[in-house]
Order: sequence, then C-alpha cells, then structure tokens
Amino acid sequence: MLKEATKLDELVSREYQHGFHTDLETDTLSQGLNEAVIRLISAKKEEPEFMLDWRLQAYRHWLTMREPGWSTIHHPPIDYQAISYYSAPKSRQDGPQSLAEVDPELLRTYEKLGVPLQEREILAGVAVDAVFDSVSVATTFKAKLGELGIIFCSFSEAVREHPELVRQYLGSVVPYTDNYFASLNSAVFSDGSFCYIPPGVHCPMELSTYFRINAINTGQFERTLIIADRDSYVSYLEGCTAPMRDENQLHAAVVELIALENAQIRYATVQNWYPGDKEGRGGIYNFVTKRGECRGDNSRISWTQVETGSAITWKYPSVILRGDNAQGEFHSVALTNNYQQADTGTKMIHLGRNTRSNIVSKGISAGHGHNAYRGLVKMAKSAVGARNYSQCDSLLLGDKCAAHTFPYIEVKHPSARVEHEATTSRIGEDQLFYCQSRGLSAEDAVSMIVNGFCKEVFQELPMEFAVEAQKLLGVSLEGSIG
Amino acid sequence: MNARVPGSAADYLGAFRRISGILPGQHLDWLRQARAEAIGRFSQQGFPTLHDEDWKYTSVASIEKGRFNILPTASDNLLAPQVALHALPDSHLLVFVNGRLDPGLSRPGRLPPGTVLSSLAYQLEQDQDWPEDTLVTYPPASPFADLNLAFMADGAYVRLPPEAALAAPIQLLFITSEANLAVQPRNLLVAGAGSSASIVEQHVALGESSYFTNTVTDILVGSGATLEHHKVQQESPAAFHIATVNVSQAAKSRFTSTSFALGARLARTGIAVKFQAEDAHCTLDGLYLSDGRQHVDHHTWIDHQKPRCTSRELYKGILNGASRAVFNGRVVVHPDAQGSDAQQTNHNLLLSENAEIDTKPQLEIWADDVKCSHGATVGQLDEDQVYYLRARGIGEASARVILTRAFAKEIIDRVGPLSLQERLDQLLQHKLPRQ
Repeated sequence: MLKEATKLDELVSREYQHGFHTDLETDTLSQGLNEAVIRLISAKKEEPEFMLDWRLQAYRHWLTMREPGWSTIHHPPIDYQAISYYSAPKSRQDGPQSLAEVDPELLRTYEKLGVPLQEREILAGVAVDAVFDSVSVATTFKAKLGELGIIFCSFSEAVREHPELVRQYLGSVVPYTDNYFASLNSAVFSDGSFCYIPPGVHCPMELSTYFRINAINTGQFERTLIIADRDSYVSYLEGCTAPMRDENQLHAAVVELIALENAQIRYATVQNWYPGDKEGRGGIYNFVTKRGECRGDNSRISWTQVETGSAITWKYPSVILRGDNAQGEFHSVALTNNYQQADTGTKMIHLGRNTRSNIVSKGISAGHGHNAYRGLVKMAKSAVGARNYSQCDSLLLGDKCAAHTFPYIEVKHPSARVEHEATTSRIGEDQLFYCQSRGLSAEDAVSMIVNGFCKEVFQELPMEFAVEAQKLLGVSLEGSIG
Repeated sequence: MNARVPGSAADYLGAFRRISGILPGQHLDWLRQARAEAIGRFSQQGFPTLHDEDWKYTSVASIEKGRFNILPTASDNLLAPQVALHALPDSHLLVFVNGRLDPGLSRPGRLPPGTVLSSLAYQLEQDQDWPEDTLVTYPPASPFADLNLAFMADGAYVRLPPEAALAAPIQLLFITSEANLAVQPRNLLVAGAGSSASIVEQHVALGESSYFTNTVTDILVGSGATLEHHKVQQESPAAFHIATVNVSQAAKSRFTSTSFALGARLARTGIAVKFQAEDAHCTLDGLYLSDGRQHVDHHTWIDHQKPRCTSRELYKGILNGASRAVFNGRVVVHPDAQGSDAQQTNHNLLLSENAEIDTKPQLEIWADDVKCSHGATVGQLDEDQVYYLRARGIGEASARVILTRAFAKEIIDRVGPLSLQERLDQLLQHKLPRQ
C-alpha cells in the first residue's frame, strides 16, 4: 500500500512530458496590433489584394466587438496589444524545397514530438503538413495527392496558387463577423492548411497536420479550409502538443469545412496542449471556431475530438445541415484535470429535409477541473423529417471538480424529432474495488473505467489516433484519484 | 439617476410615488424600505429583454407597452354562480377578485386549530411586528418579482401549525374581471413541522379582456412537512401572466408542485426550489397546452444546497396552432451537497406546422457523489401507436385524440386531490383539439 502511494505521488508530480523549448532564430514582429501590422503580415506573405482587404475589413469589424463573457470560463483579461501577431522560422526565406534543406534544429523538435516526417511517410502512410509556429515548413506526399487532383498545402500557398478557390470559399462558413475570436483570426491569421478534394475523388490517405506553438508570446491564428467537392471523401486528422511555458498563450484558430453534394468529410482532433501546472499557472487558451457546412444534398460531416490539453478550451465544432438528407456528427471526449476549464459542445443547425445529426459528448472532470457541455440543436421550419439524438455524459473524479450541461433545443417543425439525454455520475467505490480485487492498480482501474466510458468516441477515431488518445487519457488523469 | 428610465418603467415609478402611502404594511419600516428599494431596482433595470439569457426566448415587450392600471376601480359585483363554476366541491376556498380578498365569496370551512387561512393585507395590518424574513427571504431574481414586492397589496396567507393535517385542499381562486388592470397578488404559504396539506392556486378570468397578472408565491416547507402546490393558470386569452414561485425546504420535507398552463396570451412561470437542509425531496410536474398565438414559458430551478436531497421533474407540453412554448429546467448541485439525486424530463408534442418549442434542460454539478440525469424530447405522435389503434377499428382522428390525451393524462394523474384531477381532466378534454 505504501509502495502504491509512492508510485501515485510520483505520477502526480510528473511534469508535462512534451515540455521543452527549442531556441530558433525567428522572424517575429514586435508586439501589438494595428492596420500597419496587418498590412505587414499580408505583404510578408505576398498576398493578393482581396486577401488584404478581407483582413482589414475583419480587423475594423473586430474593433467594434467586445470579448464575449457568457461562458462559465474564467481567466485574467487578455492584452491583445501584448501579443506578437507574426512569427516565421527564419529558414523560410531560403525556401526549403525538401526536408534536407529544412533547419536541422526544427527537425530535431519534430523528432522529440514524435513526428519524424520521413518515417511517417513510409510507416504510417500519412501526409503531414507540419505547422511550426506560423509557416508550413514541409509538405509530404504532395505529388501523390497531386496525381488525383487533390490540393493539400499550406494556406499561404493556397492563397498564392489557388486564389480563386480561396476567394470563393474563405469566410463562407465562418464569416469574419462571426464572433470576437473568429474576427481576430480573420484579421491576423498567419497560416494553416488548405485542402480541396475534386469531384468523385476518394482521398486515399488520412490527411494530417501538426500544429505546434513555439515562440514566446506568439499567439497562433491558424486558418484551415477544407472543401470536398461532389461525391468526394476525405478524412483529416489534427493533433497537437506544445512546449512547456509559464505565460498563457492565446490560440484562436478557425476551421471551415464545406461538403458539396454526396461528399463526406471526417475531421478528427487530438488536442494536448500545455494545460498549465498543478496550481493552474500557465497553459494555452484555446478559443477555436470550427464549423462545417453540408452544402449539398446527401453530404456528411463528422467532428471527432479528444480534448485533454489547454488551460481553457472553448470550442463548439458545428455543422450546418443545408442540403437535404445531410448528416452531421459530433463525438467528443473532453477531460479536465487540475485547474483546467473546458467549455465545449456543438451546434447542429438543421435546414434541409430529412437531415440527421448525432451528438455523443463525454466529459471527464478531475481535480479542480471545470467541464461544460454547451450545445444547440436547431430545427428550422424547413427541416421536414429531421432527426437528432444527443447524449451527454459526465464523469466526476474528486469532490472539487464541476460538470455542467447546457443543451439548447429549438424546434420549429412538427415532423422533426429531437432527443436529448444527459447523465452525471462518478466512478463508484464498488467498481474500483471490483477491479482492484482482481489485481489491477487503482490507476489502471480508473484508466480502464474511463476508457470504457469514452469507448463510443474512440471508435470514431482512426486507428493510430485511437491508441494515442487512450494513452493520453491515462497520462492526463494521473494523480486524480486517491 | 432616473435619466435612463424606460418609458413604462417610469410609469410604474410614478404610480408607486402616488400610491405607496395606501399599500398595506405602512407601519413596518423594513417593508416600506424593501418596497422603495424594489421599485428603485426595477426602474433602473426596466423590463427584461431578449438579451437577458433568462428571457432569451420570451419577449415581454407587449407587457411593457401595455398601460395597465395599478389600482382596481369600483369592485365588480360577482355572482356566486360564477365562483361556483371554478370552486372545487370540497375545498377550503379563498376568493380574490381583481387581486383583493372577497370575504363574501370565500368559504374557508372548518380548519384544524391553529391553522390560519387569511388575507395577507389583513395579516400585515394586524401584526405589529411581522418578521421580515418571511416576506423578503431572497434577493428578487427578476424585475417582475421586484415589481410585485413594490406594489403587492393582497394575497393569501396560509399558516399550518406543526403536525396539522388537512384532508381537503385549500383553494386560492384569483378572479380578474377588470380590463387593463395590473393584478399583483402576493401569497405566503408556511407549513409547520410535520404538517401536511394540498394548496391549489388558480387564476381565472371573467370575460376575454386584457390584463396583467404578476404574482409571487413564497412557500416555506417546515421539517418533515408534506406540501403540495398546484398552480392552475386559466387566464383570459388576451391576458399576460407572470408568476414567481419561491420554495424553501427544511430537513426531511416533501414538496410537490404541479403547474398547469392553459390560458393567457403570454404566460411565464418561474419555480425555484431551495433545499435548505438535508434529506428533503421535491417533485416538480407541469403540463402546458398552447394553441393560437399563445406563448407559454416555464423556468424551473432546483437548488441542491445540502446533502442527500432528491428531486424529480416531469414537464410535458402539447403545442398547436402558431403557439410557442419554452422550457428551461435548471438543476444546481452545490459543492458538498453529496448524495444528491436529480432527474429531469421534458417531453413535447408538436401538433402543427407553425408551433415552436425551445427547451433547455440544464445541469450544473459542483459535487462528485451525485446521480443526475436529464432528458428532453420533441416530436409527434408515434405513428405505430396510431396504426395500432386504427387496426382495432378506431378512426384516425379519434386515435390521435386518445393518444394525445394519454400523453397529457400522465401529469394529471399525479395530482393529489381527486376533485382537482377530475376538474383538470374536464379542462383537458375541452382544450384538446378534437379534429
């Protein structure tokens, strides 16, 4: 028993595994935000006129907005003038054409993170568009995807090479007026990923991007735009880790998905940014706007997320079901430990006939963690025969944590059916006792029960992500019992 | 300070200055002060708008625009038969006409010794040192509660002594006959330790005129007491009805509330239950039937402040025409309220193309040893069930009526007093579409 306790102590006091910081020469703008900064970002990225205009419009709109205060999260006020809005690795100017030309310091960072690009190419069959701070450094498998007509590149490249596509779709799901953080992102977004799947193409591999925050005081403002044209299919993975840091970092990304007729987009996220230390100091503020639109008939969009990191997670991946028979799905596991806060959920906006949506949300709170599900299911007058099923379960570990559920249901058509269920419970003493009497340690028992609780969501993840997610939960929960 | 007072709120402030001298309880310093503070808060805040999260789905702009009279004009001569229409056969009856007790029409009957069934205005005038905390027990949660506190002139005062048990229900019948009147009743129901009773609070109208009812009912349930509160809202189709029910429960007490929303053009009922001690239980049930352009809103709030309390909640709605219903059920479990057990359910039946429902069951949990769940559904009648009945020779229209009635009946069957059950069943049959 004593030995067990020591082991627990060890686990509890274990620091963030991915905490390290690489010194790199970066091309960083001085802190502050004004029109000149936006012009400079746009100029540095050699953007066409329309892009700059859009950024400026967004910035001017952002100035008229106020930071929202309706959620249950708490944080000290953010000084937007103390953030540097652009940071690119110096090596970019040399324009690396292949991995061999990439700064070796950068490559070592990826190796520590477990993203050995070359190996991944061969072993996992995953094309990685790695975002180091704000500029994409390397893109793999491009040629192979190119044969099929798939465009998968950094956002800046897309702006330069495919301005007509960017112009047509950018902001069509999340307009720059959408919300405070989306407006800020629209004004200053640095880079991100762009993906276009042409009609009838089934993307042969899981597309993936690694985001990473590195330079001190540089908020990241990625922009991701994925378009699946008629009858196409794409599965996209996004995974994150971040180095240890004492100061809070703002992260306000925007992700837009567009599925045209009969197209399907699967978007999976494993988010494990630095959550702050045991006293709640530091950690990432993750204020993200993610939205997909099933624009065509019979289109499908699914969001799967495993959120274990960040000091504050504030995101509501949503689906607008515009086409008839469109389907939207949301599968989420959100875990908060220590002083982490998560306010997450989804919005399913049913506009088309016979649209379907399914929501499975699993919240786990431990330590002083706060976990809230906030969701909206809206059946418009035109949503004849639409259907929704939502299930939101919360698991509480420890008497200092909190779990909240705020589901909004708005129904304007009688043939629409909406069902919502939510439960809140804790791991029972009897369950733990049962496992322990069969030789499992308390840690393993909790990990097993929690993984069972989340099984429905993990099943939705691609294989390699599912394994990673299970391990992540185990690590994130360390020290939460006893 | 009053520079930003919205038009209508300013009217109420002006009215308060004119008539506050004649409101009951002038000899109580704390009450005069509480009224002044309440109207002060109200005139500063004004009426809630759609930007207030609690009023997101319910606009009270039409109440704000309405110019309602604060004081009734000459009292109407009500005929006993009109009262008999609504009176339950076996009840201890108090009748309030346009907000004031009418002793002639009331019929308190024989009550156990020590039981008080009276008018609040009378009690306030009689009692030289009324304890402050029985009327101002909470910071009023909404502008309407403030408005009521400022203007309340009468209402029911019920006090059950310890261990008193009433076999027949107490019926508080509020009849409004005057158009353009703001009726602001204030009820105080106190159940002593170990007592038990059923109280029916019923709001009805004579005629179809427009008026504004803004009622507040404070309920204190003593330790081990069992109290039922049945609210039956049958206001006129042009009326506005805003109700606030605040319940505070002592240890091992049991409280049951049912809310039947049948009338009014705009109705909003807020029920807040606070568990002030351990091992208490509450049941909140409700049924709303809406048609035409009616708007019915229920907001419930169950506050699990102490360990080992249980709550059960079942609300059902049937929506027809272009009506709109709102349900917001909030359950809060405080830190250290271990052993809390809360269940909440809301089912809605949409019968027409133009009806709309906005439902939001809400859980806020700050303790770990809890069992909480909620569920909400919105839909139509089950076509399999309709088919089943039709296969047995029942016409489609009748099959739908049978199923709709069965849907509503579940709530009515949970009501304690049988006489009230029968009355509600009749009202249900009258109100449901016959097709």
